Amino acid sequence: MSVTAPPQPRPAKAVVRPGDRIFAGAARVAALTIMLALAGVFVFLAIEGLPGLSAPAHIYAPAEDFWSYVGPLVFGTILAAVVALIIAVPFSIGVALFISHYAPPRIAAPVAYVIDLLAAVPSVVYGLWGGLALASAIRPVMDWLYENLGFLPFFAGPPSVTGRTMLTAGIVLAIMIVPITTAISREVFAQTPRLHEEAAMALGATRWEMIRLAVFPYARSGVISAVMLGLGRALGETMAVAMVLSASPVVTLNLISDTNPATIASNIASNYKEATPDKQALLIATGLVLFAVTFAVNFAARWVIGRSERNVAR
Amino acid sequence: MAKSIDVSDLNIYYGDFLAVEGVNMTIRAKAVTAFIGPSGCGKSTFLRTLNRMHEVIPGARVEGKVMVSGQSLYDPAIDPVAVRRQIGMVFQRPNPFPTMSIYDNVIAGSKLNAKKMKRSEADAIVEKSLRGANLWNEVKDRLDKPGMSLSGGQQQRLCIARAIAVEPEVLLMDEPCSALDPISTSAIEDLIHELKSEYTIVIVTHNMQQAARVSDETGFFNLKAAGQPGHLVEFNPTTKMFTNPDEPSTEAYISGRFG
Repeated sequence: MSVTAPPQPRPAKAVVRPGDRIFAGAARVAALTIMLALAGVFVFLAIEGLPGLSAPAHIYAPAEDFWSYVGPLVFGTILAAVVALIIAVPFSIGVALFISHYAPPRIAAPVAYVIDLLAAVPSVVYGLWGGLALASAIRPVMDWLYENLGFLPFFAGPPSVTGRTMLTAGIVLAIMIVPITTAISREVFAQTPRLHEEAAMALGATRWEMIRLAVFPYARSGVISAVMLGLGRALGETMAVAMVLSASPVVTLNLISDTNPATIASNIASNYKEATPDKQALLIATGLVLFAVTFAVNFAARWVIGRSERNVAR
Repeated sequence: MAKSIDVSDLNIYYGDFLAVEGVNMTIRAKAVTAFIGPSGCGKSTFLRTLNRMHEVIPGARVEGKVMVSGQSLYDPAIDPVAVRRQIGMVFQRPNPFPTMSIYDNVIAGSKLNAKKMKRSEADAIVEKSLRGANLWNEVKDRLDKPGMSLSGGQQQRLCIARAIAVEPEVLLMDEPCSALDPISTSAIEDLIHELKSEYTIVIVTHNMQQAARVSDETGFFNLKAAGQPGHLVEFNPTTKMFTNPDEPSTEAYISGRFG
């Protein structure tokens, strides 16, 4: 090695290529734009909604103040989303496993395609179908639930004669979130390293045992993200719920009766058109609450995923 | 416990593609049998037919007979899951279950076989298997740590412990040292020497010195020609194979004159 190199006058500047600079700039602009849009939505909701927090009492009728007005709506939103998740998650995981691990490729591909197509159906169509077809078709099921499981608060009844109940809304929402949870779960299931699957098979695991030993542990955090995305969609869904439910401001776990709480989003959709400015401010304030609830759910989801990943990485 | 394997006229296919043709051999019980040969000649494919792991690849199938102690492996009445419980396998790259502790990794196979197990029984199996894999002294104080926290060589011994925990009759090893450093390799080779007193061991290796060191008998696989299926060129006691092989092509391969 030469030790007599002449002293460098200054360190050479790193070469910056124009392509790199343009791409970095474009990516930065895109990221900033989305942040600004989100902030803009929040500012709009805060400014326009603030008067709604302390409007004259008659605006909140039949409730008296903002929190008793929005309370049943928050409850209805979460109840509808939870019912939808309880139905959709096992279903999605089953379909995703069928596509990734059970079905022969020539069946798996069309099934996956049809599931993805479900996501493209507009929610108004689901609402129409739910309110007209599903609601009447499901009445025998609700009668059965009332007669056999009526001791549970969820099925306390009496069963609605129209069939337009929280259970119906939950089922419609479930069908709407199945595509997204299925699509993501399918991707993570399919990415399970072959090495882990073979490790389980070589120990004499059956197909199902192999899935339990190798696929589920690997896919867990991905499936949680999928469920959280589905939950986000269920929380914010407007038209389907508005078209299915005939809402009243109640808090009840009863899923099959005539009186059902509305959700925040469906309440906004069904009242916004004929609202006075005061009422509009109130509706926007409820939108702010939905914003906060969705934010909290996403935050919780990140935390859950982060924690389970840390457990694996430990 | 250990069993011998008789293979006769075995053709192995991936769909319509004939990968390995006309294999005949007898693998002795309680001995180490090594397969050598250039890449892509079908050694690993053949190994995977011995515990029916070959058929987990869609379209893969075999023709011919594999008899394990007089019982045909490919009899329609035989459940491939049961076969794999009796013929264990160790893979090229260490593959402990990533979310499981060392303890749970070792006990995973036994949990599949017997649903209910007393804690003391499980403890005994874990200790016996880890001792059998020469890993006990290194991990006995951290059995609850993830299997992935071990070094590569330790992970591979953990996989061997997992395979022998279910007390298989035969142990198949598919290039078990190819991802390991020389020290870990030597630890695994020592282990193979010890294990052969209890198990029938079949090992695929790219390393001819390794075949010479660990095996009692060696099979040399090669392609008949480019694009042709692989076949078994020669199958003989290892000492004969490495000193005075029957086939000129075996000698050419072993002395490094082709490949």
